[in-house]
Amino acid sequence: YASLYFCCAIEDQDNELITLEIIHRYVELLDKYFGSVCELDIIFNFEKAYFILDEFLLGGEVQETSKKNVLKAIEQADLLQEEAETPRSVLEEIGLT
Amino acid sequence: MPGQRVFLHSRTLPVRMVAPSLKLQDLIEEIRGAKTQAQEREVIQKECAHIRASFRDGDPVHRHRQLAKLLYVHMLGYPAHFGQMECLKLIASSRFTDKRVGYLGAMLLLDERHDAHLLITNSIKNDLSQGIQPVQGLALCTLSTMGSAEMCRDLAPEVEKLLLQPSPYVRKKAILTAVHMIRKVPELSSVFLPPCVHLLHERHHGKAVGLPILCFSSVDRRIENRMGTPAHRRRVAHTHRHTRNRLSCPWPPPFTSPTLTPGILLGTITLITELCERSPAALKHFRKVVPQLVQILRTLVTTGYSTEHSISGVSDPFLQVQILRLLRILGRNHEESSETMNDLLAQVATNTDTSRNAGNAVLFETVLTIMDIHSAAGLRVLAVNILGRFLLNSDRNIRYVALTSLLRLVQSDHSAVQRHRPTVVDCLQETDASLSRRALELSLALVNSSNVRAMMQELQAFLESCPPDLRADCASGILLAAERFAPTKRWHIDTILHVLTTAGTHVRDDAVANLTQLIGGAQELHAYSVRRLYNALAEDISQQPLVQVAAWCIGEYGDLLLEGNCEEIEPLQVDEEEVLALLEKVLQSHMSLPATRGYALTALMKLSTRLQGDNNRIRQVVSIYRSCLDVELQQRAVEYDTLFRKYDHMRAAILEKMPLVERDGPQADEEAKQSKEAAQLSEAAPAPTESQASQLLDLLDLLDRASGDAQHPPPLDPSPGGALVYLLDLPCAPPPPAPIPDLKVFEREGVQLNLSFIRPPENPALLLITITATNSSEGDVTNFICQAAVPKSLQLQLQAPSGNTVPARGGLPITQLFRILNPNKAPLRLKLRLTYNHFHQSVQEIFEVNNLPVESWQ
Repeated sequence: YASLYFCCAIEDQDNELITLEIIHRYVELLDKYFGSVCELDIIFNFEKAYFILDEFLLGGEVQETSKKNVLKAIEQADLLQEEAETPRSVLEEIGLT
Repeated sequence: MPGQRVFLHSRTLPVRMVAPSLKLQDLIEEIRGAKTQAQEREVIQKECAHIRASFRDGDPVHRHRQLAKLLYVHMLGYPAHFGQMECLKLIASSRFTDKRVGYLGAMLLLDERHDAHLLITNSIKNDLSQGIQPVQGLALCTLSTMGSAEMCRDLAPEVEKLLLQPSPYVRKKAILTAVHMIRKVPELSSVFLPPCVHLLHERHHGKAVGLPILCFSSVDRRIENRMGTPAHRRRVAHTHRHTRNRLSCPWPPPFTSPTLTPGILLGTITLITELCERSPAALKHFRKVVPQLVQILRTLVTTGYSTEHSISGVSDPFLQVQILRLLRILGRNHEESSETMNDLLAQVATNTDTSRNAGNAVLFETVLTIMDIHSAAGLRVLAVNILGRFLLNSDRNIRYVALTSLLRLVQSDHSAVQRHRPTVVDCLQETDASLSRRALELSLALVNSSNVRAMMQELQAFLESCPPDLRADCASGILLAAERFAPTKRWHIDTILHVLTTAGTHVRDDAVANLTQLIGGAQELHAYSVRRLYNALAEDISQQPLVQVAAWCIGEYGDLLLEGNCEEIEPLQVDEEEVLALLEKVLQSHMSLPATRGYALTALMKLSTRLQGDNNRIRQVVSIYRSCLDVELQQRAVEYDTLFRKYDHMRAAILEKMPLVERDGPQADEEAKQSKEAAQLSEAAPAPTESQASQLLDLLDLLDRASGDAQHPPPLDPSPGGALVYLLDLPCAPPPPAPIPDLKVFEREGVQLNLSFIRPPENPALLLITITATNSSEGDVTNFICQAAVPKSLQLQLQAPSGNTVPARGGLPITQLFRILNPNKAPLRLKLRLTYNHFHQSVQEIFEVNNLPVESWQ
């Protein structure tokens, strides 16, 4: 994955090969979200990287196996965040806050 | 794109009176722009000061930005604990942005080891019940990441409620949060077990209408308590319809969105797996859903659902692996469940596309499951063959998992794994260290008596080229395998020799002792061994174990070395002087360890009796070392020198060839052997035991039976003294001391050796043996020497023989007295060594005396 390296800790009865698939799936999600993800994307948007991870894994287990659904959930959360922020930014712009 | 939007924001911000706090991106840029560690620290300290001030001022608007910056700094390793309280405030805020960052902060900064973390419990509770799905998601995520046991206990009811919410998005998160809760607080299993089966059934709601409702429970507490009993299960299914309307929680709609349900199924399987791993009751309960799971997996494998869940042609490998894992746990140690799964496992194993990693992952999980349950033999062989195929895969990861799995299986399915031996041996050539190490372990485990020669060749070749950290393991592995499966002694000696020359410095300490023991025991190979060792030593005196063994051998069998002819290898003309020179070289070399020097000195000394020439050279060396700084060497040298000067007449006897040394096993081992021998000797045959007390108990049995008394033996006192007291307490008197019969122990061409035994009554621990050597042949017996050895627990004293010649035709026999002290009444074993000249030939006999009368030591 270009300059990206991933490290994953698993238990001894876990399937190593499926862990590789999990890592690969996560990279694909990042890739889809950022558009050709590279190191800088993750550095400057680390909180987004966390949010994406939290939609894919929960408590260490895979929660959603459909790429589409994970990305949809992130999109919805991002939308919600912007809706919360937009009124504020307008007010800030005209100097009222 | 989301990232770009943030930049737009920064450009439209107006200039304010107070210096605007840095945007997260700007801070990151600044930190990355720092050229040195010190500069970075400076930037960060300055910014942290700003952040702290901002927190103190309580600015709600930019709090999330400040925390985000703090989190970045925290990721770099700087202290960020002062942000903990801010996380709480952000979580409590109503803005989604705040919550998002606040919860992330909680997961990164709050720690269950500090009490502060409990403060978010209330916020989480509120957020879980307020119904905005993304917020509920955040709360559940945080709970399952850092939720401590107390938090889990407090919030379990909320999570339980969410398990039945209509929204699949929240439900799937709630299920996995339940998994975490059970891990933290196992008692919560009882709370989360009832919803499981319902959730499992719900997956099929949209599709298979006719599927039998196997075991159905609801959240209704009354029914929950009667779960598991077959009679009530029918009633439950019947009353389900009635309770449905009375439930407080909304019932899930009949048709859930098909694209989101697989997430719930995956979560449910994970939850059930966790429950079954923790509680045997749950395990028993869920065994009943095995057929249902089999059906789900079968559908998945044959038809799949949608492309969005599949990876390179394999339908939802994550789900498949999870189901297989659950099946493994359910089928373990359970015949019936295992049988139900057999066909399905075979199907998955044969139909999965293995061109990409996803398929191989599923295949691997299938193999693990097959090996762990009670599967049919054919299926197990199939599994091992799959692993064998993995070994040939070009992907290193797959070869790795294959090797680790085969290692686990090699004991239980040995013959199946043997079939892949050639592939395993090829893996020895792997460049990757972890792969070659496992290949080595596996190869060693596969050595058996039929393939030992071929395998040893491969392993020895590997030893020569293997990386240094594997050398020790390889060497000891080869030696161990050679010991167990050596086809011939000569092969064994050759193998050990090769290992010592190749990797001498890496062998274990007892390799030297083992080899000397081995060589000593193989009389026919003495000449061969000493020759080979001499050659090896002449080439290289740096490998200490080799040098030690070679020195010992040369010392012992130096005469054979000089004889010149040996059928096994080319004749070698060795000069006495050369041999002495070599040993002196070893003695003087700076590479030789003190122990090695000791060996060399003793070898030189022994050669003084083996070689023909005068011993001046040897005497010189010995006297030089009398003033050696090494105390051990000095002592040896002084003793040897004294031997030359004052006890020259004894030198030959003392430096004679050593009798075979008993293998140094644990003391208990030897006692067990001794008692086994005693059992063979005595008529009553007590069972072989290790403790003195139980041997005495057996003696009591003997006496009881002998006198026909039906009395039980008294309770055992572990100390020998105590047992002796019981011995005396028996009503039946011990049998009176009878004269012990003589024993003929040796006969050869008219020369005979007899033993006679006396047990003086005043000293019960003492045994006197008189050996008598007679000669009825036509030739004289001259230079007769008899030596004896007894077990360690006995003491032996040899008195001087009456002479060392037995004239022919019944001439005056030689007698010699042995005094043996046996205070512990240990079973007597006696080994004799005779050397003499007869008919112009020198005779040497070593043998153990069998049939020693029991009375000689009881």
